[in-house]
Amino acid sequence: MTLLRIDALNVQIGGTPILRDVSLSVSAGEVVAVTGESGSGKSMTALSVMQLLPDGAQATGSVTLDGHDLLQLDEPTLCTLRGNTVGMVFQEPMTALNPVMTIGAQVAETLRLHRPDLNADAQARAVLDRVELHDIPMARFPHELSGGQRQRVVIAIAIACGPKLLIADEPTTALDVTTQAQILALLKRLAAEDGMGLLMITHDLAVVAQMADRITVMRHGEVVEDGTTAPLLTNPAHDYTRALLAASTHRVVLPEASSDAPLLRVDSVVRDYALPRTRLFAPPRHHRAVDGVSFDIPRGGRIGLVGESGCGKSTLTRAILGLEPVQAGSITLDGTPVTDPGVRRKMQVVFQDPYGSFNPRHRVSRLITEPFHLLPEPPPDRADRIATALTDVGLSPGDADKYPHQFSGGQRQRLAIARALIIRPELVIFDEAVSALDVSVRAQILDLIAGLCKQYNLTYLFISHDLSVVRTITDRVLVMQAGKIVEDRPTETVFTAPTHPYTRTLIDAAPTLPQLEMTP
Amino acid sequence: MLRYALKRLTSLLISLAIASLVIFAVIEVAPGDPASFMLGVNAQEDTLAALRAELGLDQSKVQRYLAWVSGMVQGDFGTSYQYRTPVSDMIAQRLWVSLPLALYALALSTLIAFPAGIYAASRRGKAGDVGVMGATQIGIAIPNFWFAMMLVLVFAINLRWFSAGGFAGWDKGVFAALKSLTLPAIALALPQAAILARVMRSSLLDIMGEDFMRTARAKGLTRAQALRRHGLRNALIPVLTILGLQFSFLLAGGIIIEQVFYLPGLGRLIFQSISARDLIVVESVTMLLVFAVIVVNFAVDLAYAAVDPRLRGRT
Repeated sequence: MTLLRIDALNVQIGGTPILRDVSLSVSAGEVVAVTGESGSGKSMTALSVMQLLPDGAQATGSVTLDGHDLLQLDEPTLCTLRGNTVGMVFQEPMTALNPVMTIGAQVAETLRLHRPDLNADAQARAVLDRVELHDIPMARFPHELSGGQRQRVVIAIAIACGPKLLIADEPTTALDVTTQAQILALLKRLAAEDGMGLLMITHDLAVVAQMADRITVMRHGEVVEDGTTAPLLTNPAHDYTRALLAASTHRVVLPEASSDAPLLRVDSVVRDYALPRTRLFAPPRHHRAVDGVSFDIPRGGRIGLVGESGCGKSTLTRAILGLEPVQAGSITLDGTPVTDPGVRRKMQVVFQDPYGSFNPRHRVSRLITEPFHLLPEPPPDRADRIATALTDVGLSPGDADKYPHQFSGGQRQRLAIARALIIRPELVIFDEAVSALDVSVRAQILDLIAGLCKQYNLTYLFISHDLSVVRTITDRVLVMQAGKIVEDRPTETVFTAPTHPYTRTLIDAAPTLPQLEMTP
Repeated sequence: MLRYALKRLTSLLISLAIASLVIFAVIEVAPGDPASFMLGVNAQEDTLAALRAELGLDQSKVQRYLAWVSGMVQGDFGTSYQYRTPVSDMIAQRLWVSLPLALYALALSTLIAFPAGIYAASRRGKAGDVGVMGATQIGIAIPNFWFAMMLVLVFAINLRWFSAGGFAGWDKGVFAALKSLTLPAIALALPQAAILARVMRSSLLDIMGEDFMRTARAKGLTRAQALRRHGLRNALIPVLTILGLQFSFLLAGGIIIEQVFYLPGLGRLIFQSISARDLIVVESVTMLLVFAVIVVNFAVDLAYAAVDPRLRGRT
């Protein structure tokens, strides 16, 4: 039985079409995934089902949920459906909950609204138990919970009244890989137990492959392909789906590593953070973020660093850059401690966010030459260096006079790489450098990095939570857990035969795509 | 929560100690000898010395600071050089005008600003919003002494509803006293209300864009319900900051309005004392105002913690 049917849905905002002729359906007990890259309109599709489109949006067509045509209903009727017949889970559990209200009150509120016959508090407790938060008291505030626990609370709010349809918009994008696996399993279990339809919005094809019965692929506000999961993923009909799949499983070819003398040497490094005193005269307590970490990066080495949030990888990265004091051990580059200012110019970083890492008021030529400040005197051939740096990353020398807002996200990440490489650093640190990018752009940037390896024999440390990326772009991997390196071996060995149980947990938790069938 | 309150209280006491030292030091270096000011330029040297001894001006600075502080703690602010009456008595009389006036103005400004801000935020970009924001723009731009004079012109001189100035005194009854404070309170409240309404509006608009407001709507709450139950309390945090600042300002900053309405308030007391080199009064009133500002900040800190649970565990 069809629960949700979207038929020829068109949405415009201020005359600009956002969705064009979108049709899809979800049956009771079925998991349907809507996937696509940013700007494809997948979130807007979800919001049209909730009828929570931004102000000024105009929708035409029909959205039929459980016999109601949502586009024809008035606001009070819609309010009785939202949270009751259809529940929604959002992407960012950190901000999706009201910070000044207890989690119990937030779950009970939905119940009080739609089910006045029930004892809201008792029922809220039962719902929290259902999302496996047995040990969490209702009086907790959101900031006292972890990201995964908060997402469970958001799910509890959405399913509290037993909706027929659950919409999950990128429900695990902000979570660690092991937490992601738990939340996905929870969503699947709840949908199966209640016979709920689940409409999942996600950019991650591997998640889609694991979760969905059927898939709808969108691009630029239009549906390009839909079908049952297995055939669609192994033998896609549309070129765009094919390209998307290829980009998701993109492999780069790294040149042979020239194993050389160690460049960076991290030797039994310890980083403690002082915790606030609980008593006036008690000895100060510490949190050990990095706990006796040792490893070498040889010249020309491409090393990956993986681990979940809070494992200490950011602290370690900052220590390597000389930005954090260490309590014990030493970090040296070419034998000189990294805290020495002269060493700074030998290391450069590329950050995750291609939007936040540039001053919007400066031109490209100024932005990418920022590291020249580190040199004793500015190079005489400044213009040539800018032209070369831009050409190296696949941009044109003419781009030097533009401002950052004139570039797309992927192009900005190219600029960030140009900025890092312009002074020919000996070590580059990629800190989640491709995590914020769409898969097709990510594939291009990975190719770019591989190409630069060939050209300049780069040495880098590649930090990422995405195991599939680390697998292709590094030749050795460090796995970090609770401040310690638990595994440090060649990449392929780590992935095919992990020795540490934690590494195995990580690899098992990461969803994977089925192999694409060869096209004849 | 208790730990948080204790920490705030400690920092309050330290601030007070530092403030008293600074005030004492500044008054000490200020030129002018109170004794010669009181006796005039033709005073005999031995008369001056006798008066200095009587006022305690011949003691060492440390002794005088300690005497001043210990006196204040016991409620004894010393004796005015000019009027030869206890300073605590003078302050108490003035405080009975300034404190009610400040509270009155604050209440008025809150009563105007909250609904105006909420209304403007809920009609963002529409005529109502534009109207309210235009009105607040005017409210900020109008000098309050001019507005005070207009109030006198309309309500005291033309309509004869209120008296044009002076304070009836609390012994004439609460109604009469409040009535004589009404026009000054309105004059003080107007610019404050305009600022507060703008802060309320922008704070609410920020909150409306938050993810948890979308969660609230997805639960099935109407726009208004979501705003009331989830938006207001979160929006209150920046508003509280402004409220605290405004109260401190209203307590002493009403000097121009006190002048216009001829009210015997703290602002005028401090102004008269400065012109008369009545240093002990200046010292005491300044200290009292500092005390008020610090106590109000302490209250605002506690209010933050009451509104925002994230602050309670923090130090």
